[in-house]
Amino acid sequence: MDIPFLYETLLKLLTGVPLTLQLAVSSLGLGAILAVILALARLSGLRLLAWPASCYVFIFRSTPLLVQIFLIYHGLGQFHGVRASFLWPILREPYWCALIALTLNTAAYSCEIVRGALLSVPPGQIEAARACGMSSFTLHRRVVFPLALRHALPGYGNEFILMIKSTALASIITLMEVTGLAAQLISESFRAIEILIVAAAIYLFINFIVTRLVQWAEYALSADLRPPPAALEQGGAL
Amino acid sequence: MTASDFVLGFGEAGWGAALLQAAMMTLAVALTGYAFGLVVGSLGAWAKIKGGTLLRLIADAYTTVLRGIPDILVIYLFYFGSSAVLTPLAGLFGISGFVSLPGFMAGALAIGLVSGAYQAEVMRGAYRAVSPGEIEAAIAAGMSRMTLFRRIIAPLVLRYALPGLGNVWQLVLKESALVSVTGLVEILRQAQIGAGSTGQPFTFFFAAAVLYLAISSFSTWLLRRTEGRLTLGSRRA
Repeated sequence: MDIPFLYETLLKLLTGVPLTLQLAVSSLGLGAILAVILALARLSGLRLLAWPASCYVFIFRSTPLLVQIFLIYHGLGQFHGVRASFLWPILREPYWCALIALTLNTAAYSCEIVRGALLSVPPGQIEAARACGMSSFTLHRRVVFPLALRHALPGYGNEFILMIKSTALASIITLMEVTGLAAQLISESFRAIEILIVAAAIYLFINFIVTRLVQWAEYALSADLRPPPAALEQGGAL
Repeated sequence: MTASDFVLGFGEAGWGAALLQAAMMTLAVALTGYAFGLVVGSLGAWAKIKGGTLLRLIADAYTTVLRGIPDILVIYLFYFGSSAVLTPLAGLFGISGFVSLPGFMAGALAIGLVSGAYQAEVMRGAYRAVSPGEIEAAIAAGMSRMTLFRRIIAPLVLRYALPGLGNVWQLVLKESALVSVTGLVEILRQAQIGAGSTGQPFTFFFAAAVLYLAISSFSTWLLRRTEGRLTLGSRRA
């Protein structure tokens, strides 16, 4: 094994990590906002809101992300209206196109997670909050969303990992994140196996950290489900 | 615009036939990869359930790594990685230049290896759902291990695993689009070719999306039907 080459490759590929993380974090953040809106639309009970949201989720979950990226990056330029519009400086940049595609994609998957979490809030809790005279806004802020967040966390953790893996596709539209840099290095050195193993190790490490963070958040949010510290001490003394 | 001028039509200048043929290629590479994944996944599940410490460790490492890295890296590994082995080998026979596994093979192997990791987890979960009483009853009835597996375990595991395996199939179908980077003319690659030569990228990528949507919807329908058949014997609340 050529350790110096592996080390050199690692240093080069690490320069792509900020872009990988930036794409993942921004798309997940923006996607989450969109997902909550979509989930509320699906649960609103109004056909006019629920039906378009369901269609959106169905379409984005049934087609490959790469097709969505190409449709936005290459496809939209076909229309003169788009190229003449003020949006064109954004839509011709691969970075923004990748970010838009990733955001729209994760919103569709996350919508289902959020919807499931919102449905899992026990009706009794909502009735109790109403009985206390909470307004709809307060009810959501203090009861529904905090409870739903807890239910959504395990599923959302999977989505984090999926999105970190999905950012690799941005390399196909020329973005130089970890996979893009790896592909470039391969074309320069032809040492594909070593370079790809280093790239894989970087993704594995990021995902390992993310898994740990989600586990920690799950633990931190379930304080009410754990026995009080006093009980633990007593149990330990026995 | 007449029907024969339409770029996605089936006339002389139309790309309809080419796209449908590419859809067949997508199905072929996805099905081959999925079948390979079933074999790898079953072995992985078996290693996780019945294997010794070493086998379990290997199987756990396999499912953790393959589910934690981007699929495109695995495809690159088979496509470029095989060339790292095959190009010098071809040089020995006087063939110079880039030699690699054919796109179809590299793609199917990569899809198989990735989906196998997911399928192993699905099947392991399904095996856990088989109630021990059924297995004990079979043993008490004097079934041999082979008969026990064939008549009791396999049908039950299949029934419990079917929804999960269906999800993996949908994943594989979408993953097959990534094989286009090897130059294999499946739906996405054909759409890229069409977009390049007609200057109408939106039309072609939209058509590609519709084809994927159609295949995926058809699969959902088929899976739901099969699920209904396989669960005829179970009670429904």
